[in-house]
Amino acid sequence: MSKLLPGSPADSQRYAALLAEAQGIRGISLWLDAWRRLRRNWAAMASLGFLILLALASFFVPLLPLQSPEEQHLVTRQFEPPNTRPHKLGLAALVSDNKAYQSRVEAAWSNITLLDRGMIRARVALFGDWCIPSLCGTDELGRDLLARILWGSRVSIMVGVVATLVSLLIGVSYGATAGYLGGWVDDAMMRLVDILYSIPFIFVVIYLITILDEPTTIKPWLLKYGINKIVIFYIVIGAIYWLTMARVVRGQVISLKNDQFVEAARAIGASQGRIIFRHLVPNLMSVVIVYLTLTIPSVMLFEAFLSFLGLGVDPPGVSWGILASNGIQAINPVRIFWWLVLFPGLALAMTLFALNFLGDGLRDALDPRLKNK
Amino acid sequence: MISFLVRRTAWMVVTLWIVFTASFLLMRAVPGGPFSQERKVDRDVRRNLEKRYKLDQPLYRQYWTNLVDTVRYRDLGPSMKLKDYTVNEIIAQGFPVSASLGILALSLALAVGLTSGTVAALRRQRLLDVTVMGIATVGIAVPNFWLAGVSIVLFVFVWPLLPAAGWGSPAQLVLPVVCLAAPYAAYIARLTRTGMLDVLSQDYIRTAQAKGLAPHRIVIHHALRGAVLPVVSFLGPAVAAILTGSLVIEQIFFLPGLGRAFISAALQRDYPVAMGLVLIYTIILYVMNMVVDISYRVLDPRVKLS
Repeated sequence: MSKLLPGSPADSQRYAALLAEAQGIRGISLWLDAWRRLRRNWAAMASLGFLILLALASFFVPLLPLQSPEEQHLVTRQFEPPNTRPHKLGLAALVSDNKAYQSRVEAAWSNITLLDRGMIRARVALFGDWCIPSLCGTDELGRDLLARILWGSRVSIMVGVVATLVSLLIGVSYGATAGYLGGWVDDAMMRLVDILYSIPFIFVVIYLITILDEPTTIKPWLLKYGINKIVIFYIVIGAIYWLTMARVVRGQVISLKNDQFVEAARAIGASQGRIIFRHLVPNLMSVVIVYLTLTIPSVMLFEAFLSFLGLGVDPPGVSWGILASNGIQAINPVRIFWWLVLFPGLALAMTLFALNFLGDGLRDALDPRLKNK
Repeated sequence: MISFLVRRTAWMVVTLWIVFTASFLLMRAVPGGPFSQERKVDRDVRRNLEKRYKLDQPLYRQYWTNLVDTVRYRDLGPSMKLKDYTVNEIIAQGFPVSASLGILALSLALAVGLTSGTVAALRRQRLLDVTVMGIATVGIAVPNFWLAGVSIVLFVFVWPLLPAAGWGSPAQLVLPVVCLAAPYAAYIARLTRTGMLDVLSQDYIRTAQAKGLAPHRIVIHHALRGAVLPVVSFLGPAVAAILTGSLVIEQIFFLPGLGRAFISAALQRDYPVAMGLVLIYTIILYVMNMVVDISYRVLDPRVKLS
């Protein structure tokens, strides 16, 4: 070390002092800084809290003391307005008799995974037969709306998140490749995106879903490979929402590629991998995350839209789109079942609202021009 | 300008050809066809049917005749489910309905969005601004079919002001147009407010103020022109979204438009109708994007068409 430094021992002492001082300063990372700024934005923080709660609730929904989302009470409880009348599940007494217990569980919740069964068992142990009353009313088949909304959140959130991740995967790799390679490859790839942009994709998707849903041959064939309606949603929606992502990422990569800090990193001898992962990716991440929080709501809206048109998940599966559309269909001049319209719409609107707010907040927080402010 | 139009039209033809080919292949990949699956048809009947829908020819011949019919005679062929209807007739019936709905909704969204956005920008941080922007944020998050349901409950049943559904009188148009326009009005209001705030802090506005122009003249003649640029670039996606939204709105309010025709065609697997409508929608979208690009050029002389 001392060989590199010119001059006397006094000089090298000075350099050592400078080095010690520099090491004393702690750099603040982009994420820490962004988090600090996000924390000051109460609207975004409230949205974040709401979304975390929602995610937890939808994952642990079998553990909550809810009524069955599928059990029908055609005669006794049809179109009940919101009330606080207690309701019993009728499971606790059956715990000792395994067969009766299993068939009761099958009747109340069809198509559930092993994990969900475990959670239902735990719920019976915790709460017994007690259920939250129908605080949101019941629907045309006497099913509890609150339970349906919470179970439906699983499908809606899953479609929103997974389809967005699919679009992210395609969009980021496509955009980054085009931006990094440049030249005629970039031109050709972006021209394709331009063409795809002017295709009315919603119509193509509807067309595609009706074809893949063809009941005699295609649907059974797809089901054989485990591809049901939800998986088709993931793929098809993901495959159309990547266009904007690709454009954004490409633009970012091109502007970063020639940026001074990348050149500086190259000048001090950083390896290619270090430049990409240490310098380029974090700068891409902020754009990607912001875009992610803004894409999820539009995908969820699209799922609701497809469900409304009768192309949604197959019953007895349930999603917010299906609930909202059932509510709209139950509108009639004689009696107004306002709770069927209000609550599913409220759940959907609040989630979209929170995601939009969080996206706006993240965009402000991750803006590099505001660093350390 | 001319070369821009020519190039864009050429790309439109390429796009349409891709859409046509893809939907044709998909359509033929599906079993079934014009015959209902529950009923066994007589062999002769079947042969005649296949002849009518040109299914007796090899695939490449079908593709070729179909393409030629579509391009040269603008004939999209017969519908598979609505007997005695051709796809062209279905489009001719639905188009005026959807077009008037879409144009009215877009105009309403522009009128409401531009005015409220401008007013909010001028009253920045005041009560009016916060109220308008609050409503706009809610408007973006609410799905329009839900808005339609709620407004039917409110304005048809609870407070009987308007008819619930149907087509023909101006009163029947009010609810569909408002419900279709609401989310885009909200979005346009937000864009206008941001654009206006950007423009109002620029030097040329200060110059205009310094020479003593009246405030309304500054806003309308000088600021608005710059402030609408983001709105204009949003118009392309907005048209696409209004086409989509009209699918739902036509369904809820029982309007006999293209969207309803498309949904029933899709649900009944009437592939020629669905394909024809996809082609029509592609053309509408392409033309609208072209118009948006040109108007951008007119509004902002710095932009060059390429």
